[in-house]
Order: sequence, then C-alpha cells, then structure tokens
Amino acid sequence: MHLSTADVEHIAHLARLALTPEEVEQYRRQLSAILDYFETLKQVDTSAVPPTATVLPLRTVMRQDAVRPGLSTEDALANAPDREDGYFRVPAVFGED
Amino acid sequence: MPDELFRLTVRQAADLLRRRAISAVELTQAVLDRIYAVDNAVKAYLTLAPESALEEAAVADRALAAADVDTPLPPLLGVPLAIKDVILVEGMPATAGSRILEDFVPPYEATAVRKLRQAGAVILGKTNTDEFAMGSSTENSAYVVTRNPWDLSRVPGGSSGGSAAAVAADACLAALGTDTGGSVRQPAALCGVVGLKPSYGRVSRFGLIAFASSLDQIGPLTKDVADAALLLQVIAGHDPQDSTSLPAAVPDYTAALTADLRGLRVGVPAEYFIEGMQPAVEQAVRAAIAVLADLGAEVVEVSLPHTPYALPVYYLIAPAEASANLARYDGVRYGFRHPDARTMWDVFRLSRGSGFGPEVKRRIMLGTYALSAGYYDAYYLKAQQVRTLLKQDFDAAFQRVDVIAAPVSPTTAFPIGERVSDPLSMYLADVFTLAVNLAGVCGISVPCGFDEQGLPIGLQLIGPALGEASILRAAYAYEQATPWRERRPVLAVNGEPSAVNGDQ
Repeated sequence: MHLSTADVEHIAHLARLALTPEEVEQYRRQLSAILDYFETLKQVDTSAVPPTATVLPLRTVMRQDAVRPGLSTEDALANAPDREDGYFRVPAVFGED
Repeated sequence: MPDELFRLTVRQAADLLRRRAISAVELTQAVLDRIYAVDNAVKAYLTLAPESALEEAAVADRALAAADVDTPLPPLLGVPLAIKDVILVEGMPATAGSRILEDFVPPYEATAVRKLRQAGAVILGKTNTDEFAMGSSTENSAYVVTRNPWDLSRVPGGSSGGSAAAVAADACLAALGTDTGGSVRQPAALCGVVGLKPSYGRVSRFGLIAFASSLDQIGPLTKDVADAALLLQVIAGHDPQDSTSLPAAVPDYTAALTADLRGLRVGVPAEYFIEGMQPAVEQAVRAAIAVLADLGAEVVEVSLPHTPYALPVYYLIAPAEASANLARYDGVRYGFRHPDARTMWDVFRLSRGSGFGPEVKRRIMLGTYALSAGYYDAYYLKAQQVRTLLKQDFDAAFQRVDVIAAPVSPTTAFPIGERVSDPLSMYLADVFTLAVNLAGVCGISVPCGFDEQGLPIGLQLIGPALGEASILRAAYAYEQATPWRERRPVLAVNGEPSAVNGDQ
C-alpha cells in the first residue's frame, strides 16, 4: 500500500493532528510499510466469519436510573487549561479562519 | 527478620507486620531508601509520594496497634506498592507517560487502587510507561528512559516497564501494570518477575486511562506467584462503574496454589516456537515444559493455527480503538493546550500535534486510516473477522487442555535504542502475547531461566477466560520446583531520588 503525501495529510486532518512536513514524510513511509505487512490478512478466508468487537457475553449493561454523587464543578474544572465563571473557556468557534 | 526489608515479598511482609515483628513505617521507609539508592540509575518512577506513603504507613501501624493479635487484618495492611502511571490515584499526577497530561491531577481514583487501599496498601508513587501504554520497551515515555535492572544498557520491556523494573529492583514490594497486548507479561519476562494479565472483564478498568477498550486489563507485577494470586484476589471482581466488568464470583486464588500438577493438562502450540526466536529462549521454555511434566502435568501438542495473524489483527484493532479513545484529548477540558492556538480548530490540531509523541501519533494515524471511509471493510472489519478465528483457536484448544505453555517474548531484553527507529521490529516484540488479549483469555509470565548474558527469560502460561486459578497453580508449582527466584539483579547503590514529579 503506497500512501501519498496527500493521503497522509488527509488522515492527519481527520485525526486533528498538526504535523510538520518531516512528520508527514516519515509517517508516509512508515504507514505504507506497516500496511504492506497487513496484506497477509488477505490470505485468510473470512467470507463466512462474523466480526468480534468484544469477547464479552455482556450486552448493553443497564443500571438503576438513580441520582448519585458526581464531580463538583470545582473538581471538574480543576484541570481546565482555561476557565471562566464555572465554564471551560475556549476561543470562538466561528470567526477568523 | 531480614536486614533488607525492601527485599520482602508481599506475603512475607504482611506476615511480619501481622506478627508485629516490623512496623509499616519502618517497611515503607526501607523501600523509600531503596528507591533513593537505586532509582537514579533505574528510573522506574515518574512520581514519588514519600510523605503520603509514610502517612498511610502510620495509619496502618495504628490499625495494627489497635487490633488484637488474633483479629483478621486486611491482607495488604502496611504493604508499599507502586502504580503504573496510566491508572488514576486521586490527587497524584497521572501523566500516562505523555506531555499532553503533564499537569493532570485526577479528581477521582481507579477502582483497582481503591480496592488496594481498602486492603490496607500504601501507595509509593507512579511508575514510568510508554506513552498511553503504546510500546514494548518504555522508550516511548515522554519523560525518561527506564533501564532494565539486570543490565542498565537494556530496556525493561513495556509498556509497564516502570512497574516491572521497580519490582525487579526491589523498589516496591509489588506493582500494578496494564496489559493491552502484552504490556504486563513482556516486561515481567524481560525483568525476571511475575506478571499476570487477567481475563478481559476480571478486573475493573474504572479510572484506567483508556488505550484500546476491547483489550485493556489491569494486572499485578510481583516478586513471586503467590503474591500475584494475592493481588489478583484483592483487585478482581465486578464493578458497577465499569460496564465491561464481569459479574462473576472471585474464587480463592491462593487456595489453588499446590505443589504438584497431577490431573492438569498442558498444551504446547507449535505456532509459538518460530524461526528467528532466540535459541536460549526456546531451550528454556522447552525445559520448563519438561518440568511441568515432571510435576505430574499431562503435556500434549495443540494447534492455534491463526497465530501468525495476531500481529496484524492487533495493530489494526488497537490503533483503531486508540484513535477513538484519544479523541478526548482536545485541549478543552483537561490536558495540554497549545499557547499559540487562536481558533478552536487550532486548539485541537496544535495541542494534539505537539502534545502527543511520535508513536501515539503513528497509531492514531493508523487507526484513523483503518476506520476511514473506503478502508473500513478492508482493514478494520477484516481484522475483527480474523479476531473471531483467533478466539475460536483458543476455544478449541481449551476443550482439550487446561493451560497452554509458550514463550512470552521471542528474545530477552534488547539494547536501549535498538528498535526505536523501526516500528515494525518493535511490534514483533509482542508476537507471543497479543493473541491472549484478542481472545480475552488470561496469561501469566513466570521466570524460567537466563540466557548466556544473564538476562531473564519468561515462561507464559495461558488459561481460558476466568481460568486464572489454573495458570496460577501451574506457575506456582513450576516456581517452587525451580531455583530462578533466588537469583536477583545486582545494582550499584547511590544518588538521589530521580522521580520527575517530586513529592506531590
């Protein structure tokens, strides 16, 4: 699988990762090699095999819909990079750019 | 009473404490002094918390003083332990080995840690890890390179390399690690200690920083098998806070430890003895299987035919899940925010681009690609289908045997720096451990000898889902019949504490 620079830039965009041109080139080479290695999976006939997302027999575990103690506003905001009046503070979502 | 209290196992220490032959403060201080003496060289810890550890030890001593000698006491009362830095300890920094969480102090505690505390344990600090547990050598930590106590020029394995090195260096009595594709068993093997990966769902993951949610498990790293049984006993069980924890009863693991193996059926899979593995590893593991037979086990050949596909399946599924789990690091609610970000878009991409290290970005990219439109069926769905076949391999084998014996790692500890520039060669370090996570079964690494350079080798014993009692039994009988535990790494003693975060 030969990824192009544009492929890598597209993936980085989807993943919200700012990469330097050097990183783009390095990941282009490394991910191409790793994806080549994954080609071995094509040898396996899986036409009649269901996928496994989890090994657990459990499905959609429910709990009682009861009020329980949670984090206080102060605890929830204690690690925030920026805050104001009990909220997380971020740059404007719309506007420049 | 031994002069070097830091050398004690958990059970030996608990026994001496219960008999009031030593105090918890004395024990914790001895281990802290050991850390000051050796961790400048080993660099197992990221955060050391001597003040809170000594306070917790003093609380344990008061409980011991107040209790009658015959009163049953919590099983870990006064025992000092270390915690891998992807597991949350309330109020103690949790970096996950990443710059993106450099200043993060968790406001709550992992269930596994809460259970250790309820059992009386003293928490010494947080141990080094590959960033977000992604790696096989602990070299992917953003902070420090941990060294193997048996040879300081070599890696301790990973990603729980800090925990494994701390146990091997007697810089804690035991530790918690996490295992997503071998991250408890492989460093345990490379550092000559015991490491247990419980079955998926056996131990609550509430308060564990998620890497790959269908694979992650918390497990103990200990100086011997009986300690692994004891720690598992404490941390196992259902937790309403973790919807993937199994509502299954926890058996008495210590009662399962017996000296003979009559009636136990042990399977040996040909697929786990491959070309290219280090000859000393194959010899040691085959000799260990002969010991299991001498102890009364019935040894038979089994086949796990899809084993060669475990590596590509794992490196599609784990990065895909990681790319989703790590989407939460957006520079908004916690973690690093890039100072130059002027727009919301830049908060995301700049904070993530410079907050994550190279391996984490590589895996996010790989996982994003495998999940992206046009490639989902060819990569992610295909990997999930082959995962089904890998699980069926184990289901079929466990119809015939109770335990499967195999190597943990194809080589002993490799030199620091040898594999960092070649991700695929690093991924191959996990070739014998990945399938266990994909199938959700349990595995333990127990020391089974040394190579010609004196580096430890691990025997892996694999059991079916919730089959921990069987693998602990086999590992215990093997350990008791062999001399490997008696050989300890020799470390020069010097210097000052090296933890990145000092007293918190």
